Amino acid sequence: MSQPALPVPDNRERFPELHPALDANAALAEANRCLFCFDAPCTAACPTHIDVPRFIKKISSGNLRGSALTILDANILGLSCSRVCPVDVLCEGACVMLRYNQKPIEIGRLQRHAMDYFYASGTGLPARPPRSTKPVACVGGGPASLACAAELRRRGYTVTIFDNRPLPGGLNTYGIAEYKLRPSDSLREVELVRSLGVEFRQAEVGATVSLDQLEKEFDLIFLGAGLGAMERLGIPGEQLPGVIGALHFIERYKTFPGFQVGRRVVVIGGGNTAIDAANAARRLGAEEVHLFYRRTEKEMPAFPFEYHNSKVEGVRFHWLAQPLEIVARDGRAASVKFAETRLEEPDATGRRRATPVPGSDFEVACDMVIPALGQSRFIAVLHESRGIELEGGSIAVDRPTGRTANPRYYAGGDCVNGGREVVDAVADGKRAALAMARQLEGSTNG
Amino acid sequence: MADLTTNFAGIRSPNPFWLASGPPTNCGEQIMRAFDKGWGGAVWKTIGDPIVNVSSRYSSLDWNGQRMMGLNNIELITDRPIAVNLREITEVKKRYPAHAVVASLMVESKRETWHDIVKRTEDAGADGLELNFGCPHGMSERGMGSAVGQVPEYACMITEWVKEVARTPVIVKLTPNITDIRAVARAARRGGADALSAINTINSITGIDLDTLTPRPNVGGRSAHGGYCGPAVKPIALHLVQQIASDPEVGLPISGIGGISGWREAAEFILLGCGTVQVCTAAMRYGYRIVEDMIDGLSNWMDEKGFRTIDDLRGMSLPKITEWKNLDLNFKIVARINRDTCIGCDLCYIACWDGAHQCIHLDGHALPAGLEAASRARISPTPIAKLDVAALPHGITPPVRIPRVDEEECVGCNLCWLVCPVENCITMEQVDTGKPRESWAMRTGGPA
Ligand SMILES: Cc1cc2nc3c(=O)[nH]c(=O)nc-3n(C[C@H](O)[C@H](O)[C@H](O)COP(=O)(O)OP(=O)(O)OC[C@H]3O[C@@H](n4cnc5c(N)ncnc54)[C@H](O)[C@@H]3O)c2cc1C
Ligand SMILES: Cc1cc2nc3c(=O)[nH]c(=O)nc-3n(C[C@H](O)[C@H](O)[C@H](O)COP(=O)(O)O)c2cc1C
Ligand code: SF4
Ligand code: SF4
Ligand code: SF4
Repeated sequence: MSQPALPVPDNRERFPELHPALDANAALAEANRCLFCFDAPCTAACPTHIDVPRFIKKISSGNLRGSALTILDANILGLSCSRVCPVDVLCEGACVMLRYNQKPIEIGRLQRHAMDYFYASGTGLPARPPRSTKPVACVGGGPASLACAAELRRRGYTVTIFDNRPLPGGLNTYGIAEYKLRPSDSLREVELVRSLGVEFRQAEVGATVSLDQLEKEFDLIFLGAGLGAMERLGIPGEQLPGVIGALHFIERYKTFPGFQVGRRVVVIGGGNTAIDAANAARRLGAEEVHLFYRRTEKEMPAFPFEYHNSKVEGVRFHWLAQPLEIVARDGRAASVKFAETRLEEPDATGRRRATPVPGSDFEVACDMVIPALGQSRFIAVLHESRGIELEGGSIAVDRPTGRTANPRYYAGGDCVNGGREVVDAVADGKRAALAMARQLEGSTNG
Repeated sequence: MADLTTNFAGIRSPNPFWLASGPPTNCGEQIMRAFDKGWGGAVWKTIGDPIVNVSSRYSSLDWNGQRMMGLNNIELITDRPIAVNLREITEVKKRYPAHAVVASLMVESKRETWHDIVKRTEDAGADGLELNFGCPHGMSERGMGSAVGQVPEYACMITEWVKEVARTPVIVKLTPNITDIRAVARAARRGGADALSAINTINSITGIDLDTLTPRPNVGGRSAHGGYCGPAVKPIALHLVQQIASDPEVGLPISGIGGISGWREAAEFILLGCGTVQVCTAAMRYGYRIVEDMIDGLSNWMDEKGFRTIDDLRGMSLPKITEWKNLDLNFKIVARINRDTCIGCDLCYIACWDGAHQCIHLDGHALPAGLEAASRARISPTPIAKLDVAALPHGITPPVRIPRVDEEECVGCNLCWLVCPVENCITMEQVDTGKPRESWAMRTGGPA
């Protein structure tokens, strides 16, 4: 597989990898530690159910291609997952070795070892000739659609992916922190999916291509459109130069050479995206990065290890603070006004509301503000025109099949689960593909 | 402090740890360094007409990431002139009078040749002789080594020749490459041997290079079978030692050899009747320094168990080995799993299902395939802290993964206990069958 020339900056020096590769000796020693559990709990915990002991034993036996194919069979994005999965709460968190000598097997890095071998070998995957069935469209070119398309294509169905951005890959290409996954690696996976025979078209469904057109050309449609734009803060000063949404910020530094970060940066939010943006700002050279969250460390939705990393990066955390206004000087953001908050008793969902304390305002000087307050969902149109049910702002599906209320539409990934991890999107896409294959099989036979 | 001094068939040494004949005992300079490190004795690298060795000479069996579980060699006897070896023996004995220096010998099967080498070696000052009837490669093609050790009549004859002139104790080193090792041991005794040593190396081919398709070790594109030793051969060596130690027709002191790399193995050989032990591979691998823990570990263990001398423990395990027909058919043990230490790997479960008697169960599923299918069908999203029920805290095994033993069905085979990675998690416990002791021999009317 030849690598495409990439219009992306090389940020390698500023962003050394969080989980660097294992060398061959270390990988072998680590692989030999695995007990080869039966009905392995790591496999059960992996959302895509990669047969972990099987691929690890193939590393110890020196069968690296077999190892890689074991991974790709279950998870076509095995490369990015090996780098971005929060393994502490997934496979490695379930490893029995935690109860043996406290040191779980480094499954993520072993997976990466096999994946790196596979991509370096250049051997690729066998492509299957297309069968004479009606074709499938996938909306969005992120992990969910890539997994769905690959699974269908490997079963012989013809698939076309529609993505509205210049480069496919979704948040794997545009969103995930650089020290975890580089856009070039995301694009290698896109190329692998393309090599299976999946077609890619750059187009915005609902704009450049209408749903009607799609339905005419394709038998079944998979929705893997992700979450869409960031939520607004809804406070004065939000439009000022120097204010940049977290996702936009991440996308810019990853793909825009010469992008400049501020010297004193304020990040607002307590999720993993806020943390990624704050870390990136530090790595890009910001002298001070202050992260403000309206609740406390205990309620913060970010994973504990992300929080820990961020403290190591030098990000300073401030709890119980809610933004009121972004103040301008010379037409640019120059400070943020906050109010201190107080936590109420837990409500029915167990969450503690934060309410501002009157008269507690304070101001923080800065030259860049990065709001990172979760993400909004852009699926209302599908609901209105295609009868696709929603649930809490996400597309409602039958979980085991990914089927929506409209029998021609399936869905998966962030637009269904409200925003989880890459591996969840892959699992969703794969499950939907299996159900779609069954449906297509039924319709050709019947 | 335990007393480790030994008197082996008249050869005295400060402890029972001898270096076996091989590369670590190739020359005087080496042996003196070994004595400085603590070795009690050394059997000189086999002396005879100097040979020419090939390159390469060794290959090994690596296992599960560990090097040299077993070692194979195609090296022959010494490549140094007899006179040089003898001169060095004299020097070592002069400087280390309290240590045991035993000369290993192998010459042409001629009476005069044997007489000559025995006299010269004893004149040089060796404390004893070891007749190498065991080398399984190269020398045997020339009518020596295991070519002698595999034919009881030859072994007896050459031992007789040696005893005609020998003044020091004569040890016959046995080859394991034979159907019944007792036949040669008895022959050595008939020939007048004072002691035996066992085992020499086992015929082997350790493996094949899958790129060149040439077995290892590779000598210019070809290979030959070699002799196997190291940790992998210990069980075979222990069995052969037990065979000769228990044979009333043999009744000679034994120096135990084969796969000894620490005090534990040494203790095992002594418990099966050995008076000294010899080590080759472990010293090749790690150097002479390993003897320190052999001495230290053995004396600590002896102190703990109340053994004062090597003779106190020698042979203690021999009466505990009998023939199968005498084992109690009514003795029953069953596996019990300690739920507090089980880590939930379920290796015991699959081992019992596929390799034993299908009596370990995981509740909720009748067959292993059902368990796997259920796990793979599960939708397991990434847990998000604060949103999902927190996953079970580390350190607690999910109860569904802890297997249950059906004690009625358990045959007490030990397999699950052997595969369990956690020390003492599975214990094999005796259950009362309420029946008196009864062996197969008793059942079929033979003597108990
Ligand atoms: C900052 C950040 C950091 C993250 N870090 C991690 C991490 O460390 N580990 C991890 O596992 N996960 C992480 N995630 C989450 C992960 O990126 C997502 O869960 C995953 O990418 C979801 O995949 P998806 O295919 O559902 O959606 P996306 O990756 O969002 O892909 C959707 C694609 O569809 C396109 N699209 C949308 N609408 C249309 C349309 N109408 N027509 C055509 N195309 C359309 C979008 O442009 C996008 O390319 C992170 C997310 C963010 C935002
Ligand atoms: C490289 C090598 C050379 C050996 N040479 C001799 C020898 O010359 N004479 C001999 O009696 N035994 C020789 N042996 C056998 C050892 O003395 C010993 O019997 C055997 O290796 C088993 O012991 P171990 O498991 O401690 O190595 C040799 C073994 C090795 C590995
Ligand atoms: S995909 Fe992620 S969760 Fe699954 S085994 Fe690999 S690293 Fe672990
Ligand atoms: S749980 Fe750990 S030890 Fe068991 S198979 Fe998985 S990685 Fe290996
Ligand atoms: S092998 Fe041991 S640790 Fe593993 S499940 Fe069985 S009893 Fe538990």
